[in-house]
Amino acid sequence: MPLIKCEDAAFAYDGKIAASNLNFAVSEGDYLSIVGENGSGKSTLAKGLLKLKSPYKGTVSTGDGLKQNQIGYLPQQSAAQKDFPASAYEVVLSGRLSSRGLSPFYSKADKAIVEENIASLGIGPIRNRCYRELSGGQQQRVLLARALCSSTKLLLLDEPVAGLDPSVTKELYSIIESLNKERGIAIVMVSHDIHAAIKYSSHILHMNNEQLYYGDAEGYINSDIGKAFMGLKEAL
Amino acid sequence: MISVLKEMFAYSFLVRAMVVGLLVSLCSSLLGVSLVLKRYSMIGDGLSHVGFGSLAVASALNIAPLAVSVPVVVLAAFLLLRVSESRKIMGDASIALVSTSSLAIGVAVISLTTGMNTDVCNFLFGTILGLSKDDVKLSIVLAIIVLTLYGLFYNKIFAVTFDEAFAKATGVQVWLYNMLLAFLTAITIALGMRMMGSLLITSLIIFPPLTSMRLCKKFSSVTICSALLSVCCYFIGVVISFVYAMPSGASVVLVNIAAFLAFSAIQALPGRKAAEQQN
Repeated sequence: MPLIKCEDAAFAYDGKIAASNLNFAVSEGDYLSIVGENGSGKSTLAKGLLKLKSPYKGTVSTGDGLKQNQIGYLPQQSAAQKDFPASAYEVVLSGRLSSRGLSPFYSKADKAIVEENIASLGIGPIRNRCYRELSGGQQQRVLLARALCSSTKLLLLDEPVAGLDPSVTKELYSIIESLNKERGIAIVMVSHDIHAAIKYSSHILHMNNEQLYYGDAEGYINSDIGKAFMGLKEAL
Repeated sequence: MISVLKEMFAYSFLVRAMVVGLLVSLCSSLLGVSLVLKRYSMIGDGLSHVGFGSLAVASALNIAPLAVSVPVVVLAAFLLLRVSESRKIMGDASIALVSTSSLAIGVAVISLTTGMNTDVCNFLFGTILGLSKDDVKLSIVLAIIVLTLYGLFYNKIFAVTFDEAFAKATGVQVWLYNMLLAFLTAITIALGMRMMGSLLITSLIIFPPLTSMRLCKKFSSVTICSALLSVCCYFIGVVISFVYAMPSGASVVLVNIAAFLAFSAIQALPGRKAAEQQN
């Protein structure tokens, strides 16, 4: 039983289909990159996987003990966050919210999990710093720690390296890789970076308002669509 | 100084204004942190104008003002929130629409009934004379409700304020907490309107959070600092209003401006900048 599965799913905005014909599954330990042009429906699909958007047709189901609210989500940053006064610790702690249910306060167990994730992502030294004063890479690490606090099984990352410089990008990719390899956390990443996608992921989903390719990364490199898309990216 | 305070609190209406005002400034500063960060400040401003309209209608009909303004403002809060969320571009225009309409209705009702007199001035700029004992009781009850709900939902309010998308994904009913914020804000505005005046009540929501954000780095410290600031500024403001016979709303805002400038000055101190960069 996969963690999350799309069967013939389609998503629409105001009656216009933004992503359709989606058939894929993510199992434990998978690393799936969702690639495609701007406006090809990648972020719409991400919202669909989180159940923030219900499918126009078909189904999106979670399984293998994964509850809907246990997907660790790393959203794209909003403008309001850039000047938000909150310490890194407060942000990470808010990742435990889904485990709280109706109870208003965090428990000791929650705080212990937060400490673990702060340590494993190496953000101990900046835990009391203000979020708005952190560098882009540090902010992403903090948000990644928050996502880890809400899930031990599946992370959904929406363009996590957008706006980061190359060395920080590399660092973040290797953190994500180690989470995937060492802790067996399944990764679903919406990405622009086709080369990194091929290098790190086990599976690729290529979309252009519909699913054009789904399969393992090696198969993608040899597929016509893969060749065409990579050639296009290089030409740019 | 102490003799001034003694003299002040010999008047029971001043004690009432102080009690209600301190509670309102406490509530408004807490809610204000979220409203300012969520870019909802103008909703507060719109609500205060709706409050003016409902206050005018209430006094024309001879009904207890809070009994009319609380439900009307709560209703308007839900409406404004929905409008600003569903159509982002038209959000600010529709707030202006609602606030000017209710101001116009208020003025029309007043001039048709009592005529334009000092009452209007009091509605707009605030007076410490207007509170009855029942108002005080109602205010205390409502303030306790606001503070309790805020305390219970503090962690969720933080999550919803910081990152709606993430909060939604983890199963938090974001719309519910937005509604809660709007509801609590509406109550607070309706309560504070008569002391602060409908043109000036928004300052209680916006100034303390903005001032504390100059210096505080954590959400929790911003919240606490803004609550303390708000309460202090209100107290000093009312004393000034008593001593110089100024409308209370204006003097409280002046004190808030002074606090804002002071905090901004400290933030801009060269030594502080250097220390921050070293961290």
